[in-house]
Amino acid sequence: MNGAVTPRWIALWPALMLGLFFLVPFGIMISVSFAQRDAGGFYQPGFELASYARFLAPFFARVLGVSLAVSLGAAAICVLLAFPFTVFLASMSRKVQTRVLVVLLSVLSLSEVIIGFSLSTLLSQTAGIGNLFYWLGLIEAPRAYTPSLFALMTGLCYLGFPFAVLVLYAPVSRLDPEVVEAARTMGASAPRAFMGVVVPMLRGAIVGAFILVFVFTLGSYLLPQLLGRPEHWTLSVHITDQAIYQANLPFAAAMSVFLMLVAMALVGLSSLAARDGGAA
Amino acid sequence: MFNRRQFLSTTAGTAVMTLAAPAILRAAGTPLKVGTYGGYFQDSFDKFIFPDFTAETGIEIQSIGEPTGEAWLVQLGQAARAGQAPADVSMMAQVARIKGERSGLWAKLDDGAMKNLGNLPEHFVHRYEDGAFYGTGAVSWYVTLVTNTTTYPEAPTSWQALWAPEQKDRLGLMSLASNSFLLEITATTYFGGTDILDTEEGILQVMAKLGELKPNVRLWYRDEGQFQQALETGEIPMGEYYHDVTGLAASQGKPVRSTFPDEGAVLDSGSWVVSRASKALDQAQIFIDYMAQPAIQAKLSRNVGTAPTVARDLTDLTDEEFAAVSSDKTPILPKAVLYVDKADWVSQKWSELVTG
Repeated sequence: MNGAVTPRWIALWPALMLGLFFLVPFGIMISVSFAQRDAGGFYQPGFELASYARFLAPFFARVLGVSLAVSLGAAAICVLLAFPFTVFLASMSRKVQTRVLVVLLSVLSLSEVIIGFSLSTLLSQTAGIGNLFYWLGLIEAPRAYTPSLFALMTGLCYLGFPFAVLVLYAPVSRLDPEVVEAARTMGASAPRAFMGVVVPMLRGAIVGAFILVFVFTLGSYLLPQLLGRPEHWTLSVHITDQAIYQANLPFAAAMSVFLMLVAMALVGLSSLAARDGGAA
Repeated sequence: MFNRRQFLSTTAGTAVMTLAAPAILRAAGTPLKVGTYGGYFQDSFDKFIFPDFTAETGIEIQSIGEPTGEAWLVQLGQAARAGQAPADVSMMAQVARIKGERSGLWAKLDDGAMKNLGNLPEHFVHRYEDGAFYGTGAVSWYVTLVTNTTTYPEAPTSWQALWAPEQKDRLGLMSLASNSFLLEITATTYFGGTDILDTEEGILQVMAKLGELKPNVRLWYRDEGQFQQALETGEIPMGEYYHDVTGLAASQGKPVRSTFPDEGAVLDSGSWVVSRASKALDQAQIFIDYMAQPAIQAKLSRNVGTAPTVARDLTDLTDEEFAAVSSDKTPILPKAVLYVDKADWVSQKWSELVTG
C-alpha cells in the first residue's frame, strides 16, 4: 500500500462516530422506553411495556395520523414548488444561480424560533397581512391567519423548501438539455416532454427531496405549537410535553421510538418504490 | 412539574450545581447551603436576603442555583441515599415538595424552636401525616385574569368572562393542566370550590366545562413571552397570566391590566424544605424561621415582586405596594396533590378533552 492511497481503516472513523452519536443515544432511548415510570421521581430501570401500551390509544393514533399527514403534506408541497423552481433556476446564468442559492442557503441559518415568531407576526391581526388586504379593500376587517393549518404549513414549507431545492439542484443542472430537445423533435409537446422524460429521469432526486423534507418536518415541535391549533399538534409536541413538563421519560421515549419506526418504514417504502419505478 | 420561576435559568442552575458538588465533601461547620431556583430568584436572594441574614445571625450562606423542580428532587433523593445533601435548605415547587414528602426525603424540624411560624397561614406550614413539621411556604405569586385595556375598557370581574361567547378566538391560556391551574379555576367558578377535583368523576365534569372554552382559545401557550407580546398588542386581548409581570408591563405604559376576579386568583408558590441528609438542621431552622418574618416577606415583595406568605396586616406594605403583588381576596389554591397522585391520568384526559 503506498501513501497516496487512502487507508481503508479511515472508514472506521465515520462508523465510530455514527455508533457513538447515533446508535448509543438510540440504544439509551430504547432502554428508557421500557423503563418503569416512577411517579415520585424519574424512572427505574426495568422492562415493562406500559409506555407502549399507553400509546396504543385512539387519541395517539389520531395524533400520529396528524403528524404524518402534516409532514407528508409539507413534503409534497415543497417538492411540487421546488421542482419547477429548480428546473427554471438551472436554465439561468451561473451568476444568477449562485446568488439564488446563496439566498436559499441563508434561509437555513434561521432558527425555527425566528421563523415561527416572524410568521405569527406576519399573519397576525394587529400587524399582519390582513391589514394589507383590508387596505386594498379585499376584506371587510383585518383578521388573523394564525394559528391555523395554513400558517403551520407555510412555516414548515419555509423550512423545507431550501432542502428540497438543494437536493434537486445538482441532478437537475446536470440534466442534458438535448434530451428534452430530442423529445420535442420526436413530436412531444412541452408538458409531455417534461412529464414523460424529465420527471422520470429525475425520479430518484424527487423521492430523495420528498423524504428529506418529510423526515425534517416530522421532528418539528416548535412550529406546530406556535402556528397550529391544538388539533394540529404533532406527536413531537406531545413527546416534548411528556419529556419536559410531565417528567415521563419512558413514555416520551416510547413515543419517539414508535415515531421513528413509522418514519423509517415510510422512508423504506418510498425508496423501494423509487427503485422499482426507476428499473421499470 | 416545570414552572416558569424555575424555567428562568435552568442551565445556570445546572452549572452552579456541578460546581457546588465538591462542597458536599466538606466537613460540617461550613456555610448553610440554600438552594433557590437558578436565575432571577437566586440573584435576588443573593442581593437582598442572604447578606442581611448573615449579618443578623452570623450564619454564612452558600447560595445554590437549582435546576427544574423534578430534576432537583431526583438529585436530592439520590444524594440523600448516599448520606449527602447538595443543599441543606431547598426551595421546592409544590408538586416536588409533596413527592419528597411521600418518600420521606424532608428532615423533620422542631416547630417549637421557630417563633415566627405563627405568622404563616395553615397552607404554608407543611407537615407529614403524623403531624411532624418539615417546611414552610417560601415565596408565592398570583396567576390572574388579564386583559388588554384598549379592547376591554371595562375590567372583567369574574373568571366567567372567559366563557362568554363574544370572547370567541380571543383567549390565551397556559397549555398544561399542571401549570395553568384551569381545573382549580373552573372548579371554583362553577362548582363551588376545588373539592370536586377529589374524584375522577368530578375532574371529568370540570374538564367538560373547560371543554366549552375551546372555541374561545386562540393560543394555548407554553412560552410566556409569546402570550405577553400578543396581550400587549391586543392580538390576544384576554387570558391568564402572572400578576406581577402584568403590573410591571402596565407601569411601563403597556395597555394591559391584571384583575383579581371575584372567585379569587390562583396563588402558586414555592416552599422551603430541608434534606434529611443535612447536617445543619439547627441553622436551617433559623433560616426558615427568619424567612417567615413579616419584615422579610415585605422586603421580598418590594424587591423581588413576590406576594407575602404572611397575612397582610402583619407587614408594613403600603396599599400600593401590596396591590402590586397581591390581593385581599381569598386565593384559589392549586391542588398540587392532583398532579402527584393522578399526574398521568390528568395529563392524558387534559390532552383528550381540553386542548385536544
